[in-house]
Amino acid sequence: MRLELVKRPQRSALFSTISPLIALVLTMAAGAIMFSVLGKNPLDALYYYFIDPLRETWSLHELAVKAAPLILIAVGLSVCFLSNNWNIGAEGQFIAGAIAGGILPVVFPDFQNGLVLPLMLLMGFAGGAAYAAVPAFLKARFNTNEILTSLMLVYVAQLFLDWLVRGPWRDPGGMNFPETRDFHAFAILPELMPSAGRAHWGIVFAIVAALVLWFVLRKTLTGFEIRVLGQSPRAGRFAGFSAPRMVMIAFLISGGLAGLAGISEVAGAIGQLQPSISPGYGFTAIIVAFLGRLNPLGIVAAGFVLALSYLGGEAAQISIGLSDKAARAFQGMLLFFVLGCDTLIHYRIRLAGRAPTARGEAAQNV
Amino acid sequence: MFESVLITIATAATPLLIAAIGELVVERSGVLNLGVEGMMVMGAVTGFGVAVTTGSPWLGVFAAILVGAAFSLLFGFLTLTLVTNQVATGLALTLLGLGVSGMIGEAFIGMPGQKLGIIAIPFLSDLPYVGRFLFAQDPLFYVSLLLVAGVAYFLFYTRAGLTLRSVGDNHDSAHALGIKVIAVRYAAVAFGGACAGLAGAYLSLVYTPQWIENMTAGRGWIALALVVFASWRPWRVLAGAYLFGAVSIGQLHAQVIGVSIPSQFLSALPYLATIIVLVLISRNRRLTMVNTPACLGRPFVPAR
Repeated sequence: MRLELVKRPQRSALFSTISPLIALVLTMAAGAIMFSVLGKNPLDALYYYFIDPLRETWSLHELAVKAAPLILIAVGLSVCFLSNNWNIGAEGQFIAGAIAGGILPVVFPDFQNGLVLPLMLLMGFAGGAAYAAVPAFLKARFNTNEILTSLMLVYVAQLFLDWLVRGPWRDPGGMNFPETRDFHAFAILPELMPSAGRAHWGIVFAIVAALVLWFVLRKTLTGFEIRVLGQSPRAGRFAGFSAPRMVMIAFLISGGLAGLAGISEVAGAIGQLQPSISPGYGFTAIIVAFLGRLNPLGIVAAGFVLALSYLGGEAAQISIGLSDKAARAFQGMLLFFVLGCDTLIHYRIRLAGRAPTARGEAAQNV
Repeated sequence: MFESVLITIATAATPLLIAAIGELVVERSGVLNLGVEGMMVMGAVTGFGVAVTTGSPWLGVFAAILVGAAFSLLFGFLTLTLVTNQVATGLALTLLGLGVSGMIGEAFIGMPGQKLGIIAIPFLSDLPYVGRFLFAQDPLFYVSLLLVAGVAYFLFYTRAGLTLRSVGDNHDSAHALGIKVIAVRYAAVAFGGACAGLAGAYLSLVYTPQWIENMTAGRGWIALALVVFASWRPWRVLAGAYLFGAVSIGQLHAQVIGVSIPSQFLSALPYLATIIVLVLISRNRRLTMVNTPACLGRPFVPAR
């Protein structure tokens, strides 16, 4: 017995829609097994993971806080992945955006007026884009593998932020804690409904970005260019599209959005710079992008699912003492299942007997 | 002094070397497994856990090899049987490995570990300057050198090695010749996983005998870069690994001497060095194209 793939004449519309859902169900099943191995009641665990965080208004706000960076980063990554550019350094671009945006409130704390926040957001976007431009330039100019360079820059960004908050940017009045001064009131990204919860404008940015990129990918020539160069670089060249230019565009968009996510996170949810400002959003966003099938609207939904897994991880830890590390294992499993299920879009899977003989073929075709 | 520096370089280089030589075989068969970091960290946590619970570091080493190989077969099943995208699946393997190892390892945080002892070869280890460096090392150091020699011999002097390279360079022709492309690739992927697991065990049983979450700290990725740096040639991996070992050890010695550069900048050196080296190597487009296995990363579905 072995698995055999039979190519479908056309991609299956049915499975394009439901393959992420199948993956979610399979992940929950695998998760239930994992939880029982850990000695927890799997139904309890799944309840705390996926239902409990949805029951109260404040935790719905927390969901939006967590979903915002994931969606912002993932819609940018979708442009990269669709055009066959593998930017996996979004975590670094997120940090670069947070640092660049943080310059105003940390280094110029006396500059306080209504201009500060828009400038910070702009600088955050620019910082992330500039940081992403490094691997993009190296790929376009020197043919350097962008996967490795963008990832290496994550470690560099983390170390640089660590140096800043422990060294030159440390809060002079902060008892030597490794953190910058608190951002002043003009530098804080406002909450949407302060009386109800912590959700801030980041989620609005995320949804607007998703809508804009959905339009660009679907309805514009640039979107077409992205797809063609991703699926067939040769065809793209014949059409007169420039691959090196696309490398730069894809990285600048995704880096910029990751940077915007970074500054939104520190100006919205955290309020200062610390040695660690992200629980791996830049990497989790890769899962979000694939779960959303690289479609910006799908990514909005996927962003909330993964945000739920972060919150659920916390809820399960508090209520039934499940390690919060389980959430990361869970997220990893999800990506595996998503990729595996996507095979169903292009292939039918069947169990074949031994070598396909004429009789076996006939029997299977009945 | 000179010799002790050499020895510390060897401890930094050995895990990179073991992981990279495994990935080299995988890539020579035409498969790009970006999950090295994940397999390595799984090896590290398994090696540590088994060594601590059984009291035998050797059992830890073997368990790490098995888990690394088993973990890589997950990747193999998806990319080879279900023909998923290799880049995305490799990333998934890394994310899964980091998550699962963090969960398993939570019980081991802060526990004292087991350490593999040093094997000194009589007489030879007394040689001046290089005796201790070459002949009084931990057992996995010798294993790493044997692996390089073995892989170099296998790839270029055996028929099976030729078969593996042919699968990596043109899987359609290999298939037409009756070679079982998928089977060869499964074997290569499992070998790469075993090596990554072993490299992980080196970290948690020799380098720093304790468990720290994410203790691989990007070494799996550096190993991937080493394969490119070595243009898919085993002996060049050896040179590259020691070069990187020297860079990452250089920062420690610089701190001891008291160079007044912030430690974070020194810690960033290996990562920056990786980028610079990659740029220098890939600048020459034609050279890269000659050396890269032609089917690297390309999916194979047998035409029936």
